[in-house]
Amino acid sequence: MTASPLPALALAPAALAVALIPLSRRRPALREAWSVLAALAQTGLVAALVPAALAGAPLRAEGLALVPGVPLAFAGDALGVLFALVASALWAATTVYSIGYTRALADPAQTRYFACFALCLLATVGLALAANFLTFLLCFELLTVATYPLVVHTGTAEAHRAGRIYLVYTLGGGAALLAAVVGTATLAGRLDFVPGGILRPDAASVPVLRGLVLLAVLGCGVKAALVPLHTWLPVAMVAPTPVSALLHAVAVVKAGVFGLARVAGFVVGPETLAALGADTALAGVAAATVVLGSLAALAQDNLKRLLAFSTISHLSYVVLGVALGTPGAGAGALLHLASHAVLKITLFFCAGALHVTAHVERVSELDGVGRRMPLTMGAFALSGFLLAGLPPGAAFVSKWRLLEGAATASAWAAVGALLLSGLLNLAYVAPIVVRAFGAPASGPRREAPLTLLLPLLATAAAGLLLGLAPDGPVPLLGLAVTAAGAAWGR
Amino acid sequence: MASLGSGTVSAPYAVAIALLMLGLYTMVAHRNLLKKFVGMTIFQTAIILFFLALSAKRDATLPILPEGPVDARLYVNPLPHALMLTAIVVMVATAGVALAILIRLYARYGSLEEEAIVEPPPEAR
Amino acid sequence: MPGGEQLPILPVAVLLTAAVLAPIVGLVAPRATWGLAVLGGGVAAVTALAGALRVVAHGPQRYAVGGWPPPWGIEVVLDPLSAFTAAVVTGVTAVTLLTSGPAVLATGDARAPTFYALALLAEGGLVGLVVSGDLFNVFVFLELAAIASYALVASGGGPALAAAFRYLLLGTVGASFYLLGVGLLYAATGTLNMADLAARLADAARPLVAGGAAFVLVGLAIKMALFPLHAWLPEAYTHAPAPVAALLAPVATKAAAYALARVLLEVLRPEAPPVGALLTAAGSAAILVGGLQALRQTDGRRLLAYSSVSQLGYVALGLGLGTPVALVGAYLQVLAHAVAKAALFVAAGAVAARGGGVRVGALDRAMPRTAACAVAAGLSMVGVPPTGGFFAKWYLLQGALEAAQPLVAAVVLGGSLLAAGYVYRFTERLWVGTATPTAGDPEAPACVLAGLVALAVAVVGVGLGNAVIVERLLLPAARGAAGG
Repeated sequence: MTASPLPALALAPAALAVALIPLSRRRPALREAWSVLAALAQTGLVAALVPAALAGAPLRAEGLALVPGVPLAFAGDALGVLFALVASALWAATTVYSIGYTRALADPAQTRYFACFALCLLATVGLALAANFLTFLLCFELLTVATYPLVVHTGTAEAHRAGRIYLVYTLGGGAALLAAVVGTATLAGRLDFVPGGILRPDAASVPVLRGLVLLAVLGCGVKAALVPLHTWLPVAMVAPTPVSALLHAVAVVKAGVFGLARVAGFVVGPETLAALGADTALAGVAAATVVLGSLAALAQDNLKRLLAFSTISHLSYVVLGVALGTPGAGAGALLHLASHAVLKITLFFCAGALHVTAHVERVSELDGVGRRMPLTMGAFALSGFLLAGLPPGAAFVSKWRLLEGAATASAWAAVGALLLSGLLNLAYVAPIVVRAFGAPASGPRREAPLTLLLPLLATAAAGLLLGLAPDGPVPLLGLAVTAAGAAWGR
Repeated sequence: MASLGSGTVSAPYAVAIALLMLGLYTMVAHRNLLKKFVGMTIFQTAIILFFLALSAKRDATLPILPEGPVDARLYVNPLPHALMLTAIVVMVATAGVALAILIRLYARYGSLEEEAIVEPPPEAR
Repeated sequence: MPGGEQLPILPVAVLLTAAVLAPIVGLVAPRATWGLAVLGGGVAAVTALAGALRVVAHGPQRYAVGGWPPPWGIEVVLDPLSAFTAAVVTGVTAVTLLTSGPAVLATGDARAPTFYALALLAEGGLVGLVVSGDLFNVFVFLELAAIASYALVASGGGPALAAAFRYLLLGTVGASFYLLGVGLLYAATGTLNMADLAARLADAARPLVAGGAAFVLVGLAIKMALFPLHAWLPEAYTHAPAPVAALLAPVATKAAAYALARVLLEVLRPEAPPVGALLTAAGSAAILVGGLQALRQTDGRRLLAYSSVSQLGYVALGLGLGTPVALVGAYLQVLAHAVAKAALFVAAGAVAARGGGVRVGALDRAMPRTAACAVAAGLSMVGVPPTGGFFAKWYLLQGALEAAQPLVAAVVLGGSLLAAGYVYRFTERLWVGTATPTAGDPEAPACVLAGLVALAVAVVGVGLGNAVIVERLLLPAARGAAGG
C-alpha cells in the first residue's frame, strides 16, 4: 500500500456538506447546491482512487489512533472503491431527485433531510474505504444513527413505529458486530483488512470461531436483510422514496453485504470459513433468502414493499457469491452489488414519481399508468426486466458470473435458487408492465417533473450501459474481478 | 510486627460489637426517624469504642512521654485516640445536619414516622 | 513552575480555601460567590490537570502534609490513577459549577453563598479523598464531602428532605463500615499509610485482614451505590435541586469507586481477596437492573439516576475482571460517564428551569441546542462510536473476552441495548412531538449552554482521544494495579 491522503480526502466533501447545509438553511438553492457539489466531488475523488485499486496497489491514509495499536485508516482497495463509487454516483442522482421530490411534497424539514443524507453518505464512503475493522465499525454504527432521522422523517405514528423497529434491529446487530470485532482483536491481535483474512483456522477452538463468525454475520446480516433478520426493511419503506431508494437500496443494505464480503474475504478468510463449515451455512441462508424474498415480492400489492422484498432477494445474490468463496463467484457477487444498486434505484425512482405525479402506490392501481407516464414506466419496465437477468443488462453480466461460479463449485442448490429467483422476478415485473401499458389510460397524460425524470432516466440508461460495457468507461467489472481475486484468489 | 498490643482486654470489643448490632437494629427496625438517628449515633459510637479498645493496654498509663527512650508497652497508644477525635467531629457534624433535616421534616409533615413522610405521587399534584 | 512539589495538595487547598471564602464574600456580594466558585473550580481543574501532566512526565508525585514523613505522617500521592481521577472530578465539576449559576442565583441572594460554600466543600472532599495516600485521611475527606452533600440535597426542601435523610443514614453506615474496616486493618498491620500497609500485609493476621477488607469494601460499595446497596441514590438525585444533582451525580460515586479500586487493587493486592467474581456479578446486576428500572421511569431525573446505577455497574464489572484491559475500560468509563451524565443532568436542569418539572419527554425541540448536547451524551451512554462510552465498552469487552467470560461480555452488550431504550425514551419528544409553543426563548441561558456544549464536545473528544489517555495514564495505572 502506498501512503496518500486521497482516501481520507474522499470523505471531505460529505463532511463539509454536513457542516454547510444547516448553515444555509435559509437559502434553499444554496443548501441544495452543497449537496449536489459534495456528491459530484466525492464521486470524482473516489474515481481518482480507481487506477491504484485496479493495479492492486491501493492508496492508504492513516490518522489518529482509535485504540492503542489501531488507527483510523482509509484505503482505496478494489472492493472499497467499487462500493464507494457506486454509492457516490448514485448520491448525485438521488440528490437531484430529492430536490424535486421534497419540493413537490412541500416537505417542511428539508434542511434536516439533506444534512442527514450527507451524513449517511459520509458514513457509507467511510465504511467502504475503511482499512481496518474498527474504522469500519465506527462508520457502520454512524450510518445507523444517521439514517434514523430519515426513516422517521414524515413524523407519522407509522413512521415512528418503523423507526423503533429499525433501531432495535440495527442497534442489536451493531452490538453483535461490536462483539465480533472485539473478538477478532482478541484472537488475531490485529484488525486491519488483509486479503485472505487475519484469522487462521487454528486461532481458537472451532466453537469459539463459529461463535465469532455467527456474531459477525448477525451484525452485518441485519443490514444485509438476511432472512430472518430482514423484517425491518419492508417496514422502513414508510420513509420518503428517495430515502428508500438510496439508503435502503444502496447505502444501508449494501453496507451490510459489503460488510459480509469484508468479513468473508478480509477478516475471517475463505480458508477459515471453509474449515468451520460456515461457508456452506451462509450459502444456505443466502439461497433461502434469495428464493423467499422473490416469493414474498410476488405477494405484495404495495409497490415499495414489493421492491423491498425484491431487494432482500437480490442482496442475497451477493451474499451467496461471497459464501461460495471462489474468484469467479466473488466477482459476480461484487458486480451484482453495483448492478442491482443502479437498477433498483431506478425502480424506486419510478415508484416515487408515480406516487408524486399519478398518486399511485399500489400494483392494483397501475392500470394504464404506462400510457399516462410512458417515460417513467418505460424506465421501470426496462430496469425491471434487466434486473431479472435479461441481457444485455448489468444484472445479466453479474448473474452469469454468479451462475458460472456456482456451477464450477458444483453448488447446484445455489444455481437452482438463482434461476428460480430470475423466473420469479419476471413473474412480478411482467404483470406490472402488462397492466401499465396494456390497460387504457386511467387519467390525462402527464409525465413526471424533470427533476424526477432526468435522474431516473439516467440511472436506467446506466443500468443498460453497464451491461453493454461492464468494464468501461467505468471499470466496475475490473474492480470486481480485482477485489474477488484478492479476497478469494488464493 | 502486627499484634493487638501487649496484653489487651477483650471485653470492650464484645461491648463494641453489641452496641454495633444494637445501633444497626435500631436503624432498621424502628419506623420513627428520630429513633433511626439515635440508632445511627449508637452505631457510630460503637466504632469509636472499638478503636479506643485497640489503643488500650493492660497496666498502661496516659501517653505523656518523658525525655529519652521509652518503653511503648507502658503507654496507651495515642494514635487511635487522635483518629477518634476526628471521627467524633465527623459524628457531631453529621448529627447536626441530621437534626436540622429532622426539624424541617417535622415542620413540614407534623410527624417523624416513616409512613407519614410520603409524598403524593407526582400526577396527583 | 512554582510549588511543583505541592501540586498533589494544590487542588484540595484551592477548593477548601474557596469554600471558606464563600460565606465571607457572601456577606458583601452574594451573587459574586458564583464567580468565586467558578474561579476556584477552574483553578483546581487546571492544577489537577497540571498534576496529571507532571505524573505522565515524571512519575508519581508525593507530598507529606505538615512535613511529617510517611508512614507516620499523612501522605498525599499523585500517581497515574489518582491524577486521572482528580482531573476528571475537578474538570467536570468546574463545568457544572459554571452551569449552576442561573438556577442557584434564582433561589435568592441569601442562599447562593451557602450553596457554593457547600459545593466547594463537597468537591474539596472528593478530590481530597482521591489524592489521599492514607486510609484514615480517605475517611475524613469522604465524610467531608458526604456531609456537604447531605446538606446540598436537603436544600431542595419537600421530598428532598426525606431523600436526604435516607442518604444520610445509609451514607453514614457506609462510612462507618469503612472506618471499622480501617480499624481492623490498623489492628492487623499497625499502619494507616496505604503503601506501608500493602507491604506489611504478608505478616498480618489473616482473620483481621479479611474482616477489615470486607468492611472497607462494603462501606465503599454503599458510597458507590453499587447494586444492591444503591437504594439511596435514586431518591437523592431525583429530588435534589437540579444544580445539586448536576454537581454531585457525575462525580460523587466515582470518587468512591476510585477508593474501592485503590483499596482493592493496591492496598490489599498482596492479600488478593477473592472478591473479583463478586464485584463482576454485582456490576452485571447493576447494569441490568439499573437499566431495566430506568426504562420504566416517567420522571426524567429518576431515569437518569437509575441510569447512573447502571453505568456505574460497568466500572464495578471492569474492576472485578481485574485484567489490565478491563481496568482500563473501568477507568475510561469513569471519565466517559462523568462527562455524559453531567451533560444530561445539566440539560435536565435547563428543562426544569423552564417550569413543569422534568417528565420524560419534556426535552423537546423548543430547546434545540440543549437537546443536541443531550443526544450526544445519550449516545455515549449507549456506546455509539466515536464517543467515549463506546471505547470504554470496547476495553471492557476485550477484558471480558480475554478472561474467557462470554456472559460478562453479553451483559456489557445488553447494557448498551437497555441504554438505547432509555435514552430513546428520554429524548423521545425530540423525534415524535412538535415544538411546544412557549412565550419567550425557552432555550437554556448562555452559561448553561456553554457548559453543555463543552461537555458534549468532551464526550466525543474523550472517544477520539482515548488512545492517548489510555497509553499515558490508564495503562500504567492498570498495570501497576494488576501487579504487572
